[in-house]
Amino acid sequence: MPIIEAKNLFFRYAAAEKYAIRNVSLSIRRGEFVLLTGPSGCGKTTLCRCFNGLIPHFHRGVFEGEVWVCGYSVAETPPNKLSKHVGLVFQNPENQLFCLSVEKDVAFGLENMGLPEAEIRRRVEWALRVTGIEELRHRAPHELSGGQQQKAAIASVLAMEPEVVVLDEPTSFLDPRSALELFDLLKRINEDLGVTIVLVEHRLDLCASIAQRVLAMVDGELALDGSPAEVLCGEAIRLFGVGVPKSIRLYQLLLEAGVELEHPPLSAEELADLVRQKICQ
Amino acid sequence: MSLSFLEGLQFRRMDSPIHRLDPRAKFVIALSILGYAMLFTEVIPLIVGFAILLPLVFAAKVFRMWVRTIKGVLVLAILIFAINWLVTPDLAMAVGLALRFVLLVAAFSLFFLTTSPDDLGLALEQSGVPYELTFAFTTAIRFVPVLCREAQTIVDAQRSRGLELERGGLLKRIRNYLPILVPLVVGAIRRSVDLAEAMESRAWGVSEKRTSLYRLKMRGRDYLAILLSAAFFLLAMYVKLLSNQPLLPWLL
Amino acid sequence: MPVIEVDSLHYTYPNGVEALRGVSLSIERGEFVAIMGENGAGKTTLIKHFNGLLRPTKGCVRVDGVDTREASVAELSKKVGLVFQNPDSQLFSETVEEEIAFALRNFGFSEEVVEKRVRWALSLLGLEQYRTTSPFLLSGGERKRLALASVLAWDPDVVVLDEPTIGQDYGQKEKLMQFITQLNTQGKTVVVVTHDVEFVADCNPRVVLMAAGKIVADGHAREVLTNPQLLDEASLLSPQVAKVLHHLSDLGAPSSVIDLYEARDVLLRLLRRRGV
Repeated sequence: MPIIEAKNLFFRYAAAEKYAIRNVSLSIRRGEFVLLTGPSGCGKTTLCRCFNGLIPHFHRGVFEGEVWVCGYSVAETPPNKLSKHVGLVFQNPENQLFCLSVEKDVAFGLENMGLPEAEIRRRVEWALRVTGIEELRHRAPHELSGGQQQKAAIASVLAMEPEVVVLDEPTSFLDPRSALELFDLLKRINEDLGVTIVLVEHRLDLCASIAQRVLAMVDGELALDGSPAEVLCGEAIRLFGVGVPKSIRLYQLLLEAGVELEHPPLSAEELADLVRQKICQ
Repeated sequence: MSLSFLEGLQFRRMDSPIHRLDPRAKFVIALSILGYAMLFTEVIPLIVGFAILLPLVFAAKVFRMWVRTIKGVLVLAILIFAINWLVTPDLAMAVGLALRFVLLVAAFSLFFLTTSPDDLGLALEQSGVPYELTFAFTTAIRFVPVLCREAQTIVDAQRSRGLELERGGLLKRIRNYLPILVPLVVGAIRRSVDLAEAMESRAWGVSEKRTSLYRLKMRGRDYLAILLSAAFFLLAMYVKLLSNQPLLPWLL
Repeated sequence: MPVIEVDSLHYTYPNGVEALRGVSLSIERGEFVAIMGENGAGKTTLIKHFNGLLRPTKGCVRVDGVDTREASVAELSKKVGLVFQNPDSQLFSETVEEEIAFALRNFGFSEEVVEKRVRWALSLLGLEQYRTTSPFLLSGGERKRLALASVLAWDPDVVVLDEPTIGQDYGQKEKLMQFITQLNTQGKTVVVVTHDVEFVADCNPRVVLMAAGKIVADGHAREVLTNPQLLDEASLLSPQVAKVLHHLSDLGAPSSVIDLYEARDVLLRLLRRRGV
């Protein structure tokens, strides 16, 4: 059974005239690492909100079709109930930390769930360790860098031991080094803990290589769905105005010039290796 | 002036015998000094109040920040002095009233400087204040530095567009603040929606009974502090009644 | 005479944070400069000195020959227009045209000129259709363009953009790049503060690299962005093109290429030389 399944999903915000999401059907398997991309305003954020029940329970509007997450119908399950199963990390790290210390923030969801004190302590320690921010536990959010704040947000979501973590452009405000660190962390969470990851991103050059699957949305519709190489090398994605990583553009330019490498590269290193292979053949 | 005053109230995580006291015990200490200050308008007992407070401030290792708070309210204290002196030409009384005000601020400054707002929220929660309220309180404090920074950015952005806050008559000056206030308020509203979204996504209100990572526990030293504070206040009351016989019939 | 001259600038914030520690830099009229470095390197602190928002703790900043300590922020801003990272920290008017007119009125232009400049700025950034719309109803990308329009309207000699690519998608970045390159070819001095290496690699400007409050490198993009040690010091990543060629340097790939098409030619030469 897929862990996330949407069937003919439509959503229009109460105040809007246009549908933000139109006829989206998709299914995500347990343990997958899915990259969701597309130009601004294409409906990525709206789709994220449909995965944890913020739509239709927090943001009201016209909701048609079905979304099932971890066996729950989103239309019938409010976000605070779903949060045990799906964690949502937002773009702005500042606005998802409420407490005056990292530790307290990581405990926030667990306290809301009414877990016993010892269990909260155990999970807080675990989440701080997994995200590597144990030594920041007593810091206040404004004493952290953007990257550290975002790790704290991830820790506070992980502590609830969700099966899926959805991240909506978590690196927008981060510098490239911090973004890369965050992607590494997500990769570990996916591989070591088996948590399903849905990552919304523009920075495909930094994260294409860690995803198993890429979804591209355009104008509220799901336009492309496939492996990173398939989607990013296709003709279609360039027409949609999604930034293709330079290593793939180079691969394509070489192809146009008559040099065919073994497969499309998802990182600079991979492209260099493919060229080397070709030369040394 | 106003900014440095706020800074003086900002808690910094440190370790000292005073920091380790239970917030409730510290609150009683501050209250006892408040009560003491309300008893007297004479200069000497108020100075004695400072003399009692000072060792606590040193023990808490927050002297510098504490002085900053006091400096921050000095203008206000001088104003209190001036007004009182004008109304009743009793110089000693005017000085006393100003000193009383400073002592009050000084006592509560020590409280805020040594009590993390998180602990304060916890103390309120454990005293039966609904969690929604204590959460609103701690979150408000958490966003003070964020809002200060945002306000600064907005001021910078508008000054870069030629806004001169100090230009023009009174009415114009008030209007000058519009380009600062609008983005600040709009930003705060946007932020509150974001926060509500994030809270919902972190199981807010999902369980009837909310638990907590920390629990405050009153220890021996906390009870001792409360006892000493109470004794100090009662003693002061006694001295006041003795020394100030004419007050007695009025009180009765 | 350089339009902006920074001489051993030190700046310490009131809270004691030493953000700039001896920065010297001079920017000539008509230059296109990217100031790069990780968050907290001092980039924003530096540009806030360009229009007097901050005054040096030590050292000196001259704009068009005038010491910034001797001029008001308004006077300096007329020459150096600062576009802030987040448009929401400046938008406050009821309509888009009022938003653009705000600065023009502050700078004392006549109503006639204000009217003309507003129209010009609206068309420059393709916002004509929103003339009487509330800025708060625009999309994120449009708000960003409006913020830029509201600064360009008074036609400052120097335009400084703080992190213009943050939160922007590929298409928006592409348009922004074309726009600022065009501004620069028309003679405007452009300073961009960013940590977006791919964006800078595409623009190919002069690059000033900052780390921990100091300038660690200053040169052409193709020199600075292809030096992994320098980028590492500034906590930045190499552009992908540079990284590919760097990995192939043992096979004779040149190390100072950041342009995509140039890189293709290099790779083709390498491959053909080996008979592929």
